[in-house]
Amino acid sequence: MGHGPAVKLGKDDAASFKTSLGVKMFFGYTFFYVLFVLLNVYFPKSMEIIIFGQTAAVVWGFSLIILAFIMAVIYNHFCTQAEKRYNS
Amino acid sequence: MIYTQSPLAIGLFIFFVLFVLGLSFYLARRTSSAEGYYAAGGNIHWMTNGIAFAGDYLSAASFLGICGMIATSGYDGWMYSIGYLGGWVVALFLVAEPMKRLGKYTFTDALDSKFNSKSIQLMAAISTLLVSIFYLIPQMVGAGVLVQPLMGLPHWVGVCIVGVVVTLIVATAGMASTTYVQFFKGAMLLLVSTTLVVMVLFRGLSTTPENDGKPYHDFTTLYADNALVLEDSSYRVIAGLDSIFGKEGFVKLEKNGRESIWKLHATDNGYTLEETLFATRLNDGTRLYNGSPADDGHFFPVGHIKELIVNGEEVAATGPVGPFSFLSALTESTIVLWGTAYVPDADGITTIYYQKPTPGSQILRPGLRFKVDNSTPMEKFNFISLMLALFCGTAALPHILIRYYTVPSQAAARKSTIVAIAGIGFFYLLTLFMGMGAMTNGVINLLDNNMSAPLLALSFGVFLFAIISSLAFATVLGTVSGLIVASSGAIAHDLLDNFLGLKMNDRTKVRAGKISAVCIGAIAIYLGIVFEGMNVSFLVGWAFAVAASANLPAILMLLFWSKTTARGVAASITVGLFSSLGLILISPDMWLRYGKLPADAPIQFNSPALISIPLAFAALVVISLMTQKDVNVGHATELSNN
Repeated sequence: MGHGPAVKLGKDDAASFKTSLGVKMFFGYTFFYVLFVLLNVYFPKSMEIIIFGQTAAVVWGFSLIILAFIMAVIYNHFCTQAEKRYNS
Repeated sequence: MIYTQSPLAIGLFIFFVLFVLGLSFYLARRTSSAEGYYAAGGNIHWMTNGIAFAGDYLSAASFLGICGMIATSGYDGWMYSIGYLGGWVVALFLVAEPMKRLGKYTFTDALDSKFNSKSIQLMAAISTLLVSIFYLIPQMVGAGVLVQPLMGLPHWVGVCIVGVVVTLIVATAGMASTTYVQFFKGAMLLLVSTTLVVMVLFRGLSTTPENDGKPYHDFTTLYADNALVLEDSSYRVIAGLDSIFGKEGFVKLEKNGRESIWKLHATDNGYTLEETLFATRLNDGTRLYNGSPADDGHFFPVGHIKELIVNGEEVAATGPVGPFSFLSALTESTIVLWGTAYVPDADGITTIYYQKPTPGSQILRPGLRFKVDNSTPMEKFNFISLMLALFCGTAALPHILIRYYTVPSQAAARKSTIVAIAGIGFFYLLTLFMGMGAMTNGVINLLDNNMSAPLLALSFGVFLFAIISSLAFATVLGTVSGLIVASSGAIAHDLLDNFLGLKMNDRTKVRAGKISAVCIGAIAIYLGIVFEGMNVSFLVGWAFAVAASANLPAILMLLFWSKTTARGVAASITVGLFSSLGLILISPDMWLRYGKLPADAPIQFNSPALISIPLAFAALVVISLMTQKDVNVGHATELSNN
């Protein structure tokens, strides 16, 4: 059938830890994303409020983009540690 | 008409194309095996793959479409950036490592890894093909858009050039060449975009934008009394208040043999008349721009600040500014945006672009393109649906998912996704500055906002324009390559090899992939010509909706719900695919495409995700629960055979 990875992969005993962490972090980010979308839809004027010289919409946009990167780095840190712990 | 060709731009363009082709022929040596052709041998470094991800993802939609949409609609264009990046969170946290673990060459491999089901192989391959073709359309449209100013060639020639070059790239070296082309392009795009933004900030803001030494158009305002007698007697009224133009709030004047159209504003003493731009399509098909043929150059670029306010005081220019000062000055200022009106008369149809001074605080928040203020439930639905499609689409795009097969391990898949998030996130921050830079630097072509970023570069001189445009063309080449690899894998590996059971060896599988690539390339060329003129980011929104509906429910449920069955997966793909496509085909925007009135469309929303994604989930759950018996029978048979 030709399934399975293109290269041989070693056993990954940290897989379930990483899956569980990934799901939790996904819901964490999704909460902020959904909040942002709902605020835009139901309280659009709130996006015009000025915070530190910027509209709330700009602050939200920057925050969501930067938050994605910070959460990605944190996720990688814990996954790498788990791989060392479980796969050594 | 707004741009002229330069030998430097043409030279750089040819250099980029030849470089990409040379790289492909060089790498062709590595692709005699199926692993080499479809997965670049599975040994690409995660950093290289991460940048290649960025190269794959930062397509014409991101670079041309988002910047163009921000330039004309402000923050609403940037909503696409935010939604697209959010999608990478889904890819990293839920999909990256399992996809690497389960698949081999195509996304179908991962979906079918537990089942060996003919129905999954068929439906996943069809889904891959349709999603890739949907994604190909905006890339090809983007290619046509770029070739016009770069080479002075018509739209269809640009589409054909991309089609032929990309088919050559893919047919020679498959995923290996695609990966290195993407790496090169992704890195260059980040570098050059950063340079452009630094130059925009260094120039600062001004009420009289610079354009490579050329003066910005000086917009005239005229005054008239209640009987429309003009103070400036050199103008003559040729279509007044009682004409069809007058009924729409415009008048047509004539001076020195040239016609012009003006927007009427009633005042206490009469009227003020503001200059507009207009494009006329005569009944015989002839097109006139500001009353003249395109070559006369009377249709000029626009985009300026009406009142520039810094720290509460009106100024003429800011001088160099930092990124946050740039945005806060725009927030306080008033910027001239452009409204559109269509006026039919006996000679043809005239599209009028009129000035709409708008406070920066309204431009830098949603609402100019997507109606969120006092919106109807349907408008709210449409907005939420689009944001859902953008969020869910990335992790379901076949040409993105197959990139996980090019790295050697799950950890490498994860790390390459993080590099992608860093690169793509940074680029999306830049899009806000490039778009707002275009909006205020007098470079917007109102007839086609896709060229806003390259034209912003042109305002700094032809050298930067040449680099940016060539790079944007390379962007299209790279993304189309990835899409064609994904499509050819779906045909050769999923359909011919797995579904039809043709016993192909490595060599014939690669040959089948190359022949498929040529066929997909031909289809892409045709569609790129047909869809000329649509905003490329808008078109990508549809591709995301189809991918998110057809593929993501199946991927997620396979990974996280143990009762998922093969029939459930196949049903989910089928329902998601056809419901999203069906809703798109009867949407108001498609109605406009068919030459009908959008208001007459059977549905009044354009983004189908909020209906089609839940439908796909529901189909999977219902069919899986109905077919649990098959799984148990299969399991019992397996045990008895042991």
